[in-house]
Amino acid sequence: MASVVARNVVKAFGSTEVLHGIDVEIPDKAFVVLVGPSGCGKSTLLRMIAGLEKVTAGEISIGGQVVNNVPPKQRNIAMVFQNYALYPHMKVFENMAFSLRLAKASDEIVQEKVHAAADALNLREYLDRYPRQLSGGQRQRVAIGRAMVRDPQVFLFDEPLSNLDAKLRVQMRTELKELHQRIGGTSIYVTHDQIEALTMGDRIVVMRDGYVEQVGSPLEVYDYPNNIFVASFIGSPAMNLFAGTVTAKDGLSIVLADDGTVLPLAQGHGVSDGRRVVYGIRPEYLALSKEGQGFETEVVVVEPTGADILVIGRTAGQELRASFHDRHDFRPGQRIWLNPRLDTVHLFDQETTRRLELDEADSDLPRFRAV
Amino acid sequence: MTDRPASTTKNADEGGTDYLETIPYRVVAVYLPLGVFLFVLLFPFYWMTIATFKSNTELLTTEGFAALWIVKFTFENVERLLFQTEYPRWLVNTLFVTFTATFLSLFCAVFAAYAIEKLRYSGARLVGLAIFLAYLVPPSILFIPLATIIFKFGLFDTPFALILTYPTFLIPFCTWLLMGYFRSIPYELEECALVDGATRFQILRKIILPLAVPGLISAGIFAFTLSWNEYLYALVFISSSEVKTAPVGVVTELIEGDVYRWGSLMAGALFGSIPVAFLYSFFVQHYVSSMTGAVKE
Repeated sequence: MASVVARNVVKAFGSTEVLHGIDVEIPDKAFVVLVGPSGCGKSTLLRMIAGLEKVTAGEISIGGQVVNNVPPKQRNIAMVFQNYALYPHMKVFENMAFSLRLAKASDEIVQEKVHAAADALNLREYLDRYPRQLSGGQRQRVAIGRAMVRDPQVFLFDEPLSNLDAKLRVQMRTELKELHQRIGGTSIYVTHDQIEALTMGDRIVVMRDGYVEQVGSPLEVYDYPNNIFVASFIGSPAMNLFAGTVTAKDGLSIVLADDGTVLPLAQGHGVSDGRRVVYGIRPEYLALSKEGQGFETEVVVVEPTGADILVIGRTAGQELRASFHDRHDFRPGQRIWLNPRLDTVHLFDQETTRRLELDEADSDLPRFRAV
Repeated sequence: MTDRPASTTKNADEGGTDYLETIPYRVVAVYLPLGVFLFVLLFPFYWMTIATFKSNTELLTTEGFAALWIVKFTFENVERLLFQTEYPRWLVNTLFVTFTATFLSLFCAVFAAYAIEKLRYSGARLVGLAIFLAYLVPPSILFIPLATIIFKFGLFDTPFALILTYPTFLIPFCTWLLMGYFRSIPYELEECALVDGATRFQILRKIILPLAVPGLISAGIFAFTLSWNEYLYALVFISSSEVKTAPVGVVTELIEGDVYRWGSLMAGALFGSIPVAFLYSFFVQHYVSSMTGAVKE
């Protein structure tokens, strides 16, 4: 097992630079998720760690050794691909044994390791089948098994679950996490699905357009997004964001949205009046309230999910999402008042899009400020 | 739980839009064109076959005989072909030349196609295009410089004159066919193998080639057919009867001045087409699957 460090890593395809100086440190035995919208460079970074793409500038090291010019086969890594990449002409056993056979492992070792991996993944009865005879979930397990037999320094996962159907994806998510807890190898996992990132990672690296936007534990990233992008990307339904100005009104500091809607703030936040900000509040922190408390919204669409009811409304001329755990009988066109939980309000600078640190003395939200 | 009623459908249908197709429609749209096509394709073979077994008199006059079938069955043409010419020898020559040239070409084409398609070096596209352009040079022009080379190397009138010249059109052809096939193999398989610790050569041998078997077979069949039927080079580069290939041998030895030995010529053509037909029928399954393309997981 080993740590992986990327230092000022740049990747350019021709004259197009796609990664602009990435610095990421992945500790030994950690499960780190690289997440971001498509085209953000997360897969490219993973492929560079795997040695499948050349490093244009900067340094990647695995276990303390710089591997920029080390071919993939000498990096002692295992990779699980999005489309599984199982060798179609080999049976499951041979698929899993392929790397060991290349390494000229003895037959006993091959048998032992493949069977151990197959047992861990409930694949024993499928060893004699061809990949085409397996379901999607089973194929994915074979791909993971193929990675496991090698005892690699690092496991790399490139969107391994995105070809599975929704239910299976949730199930495999749990299985993968459990497997990692049991085996404990350093794992780097690429996904564009922020739910997957939040649920699986010890640490999340949020990326956009070739830059790292934030690194942190799942809840840290969720509760303290560095900037507007992270705030809107992480979390589903997404955070509500309103552009406005910090203003004093009736002795209270509020954010006055651009259309005049009053958005309440916790007092003593230390942000000066007149500052142009973006006001962020997550849908689950909006409570139904009496008229005159918080702000008003017009119900446009109601989406019951069973566990929650999601209301899509219209406030300050833009879409607003609020989710309620309790049953309410909302109707389109209805006007309701929503009161934000003040200690969960985020303010971002409009110009820099960065988060403003608020002095919230009265916050009772647990803090996840660990590095 | 409620029991679902058992299906009451009496006529199971084939699915799709088949129900729209009435029998007259099918006759006009499917069977009639198919019939015409088959007739056009197969009639020459039929003609060849009956000509083989007709006597010379029957071939040259329809008086008292029928044009479209055999009235008096005879083996005399076959006999002349097999025992009065060196036809068996020519067949053996053709087989040797064809197999060697096909194997040589496939061997080279596999490496060329893999390099162009999978190694992604700069200029790979250009090389691919250049190889294709080489294929476009007509043999009727190429044989002149090739003849000089053959003479200089002292290969004239030996099987190697053909074995080494056939690849000039076989390699470009096979390379292009295999490039298309290799392209259909997902590159993740190779990347996975790279990560698994395989060398390029191991990837080619253990991943690409096993998956490209249908492509190899169709390239092989095409190469085989092309060299089996090759006429020009075989005519120009070979002069002794014992080195000739069947297509050339039959024509040069069975047309004596202005006397055409039609029966034996047809017999030669008929026996000559048997190996190719046999090869096609034997591999037809693979051949078709390679035509329909991609590797399925």
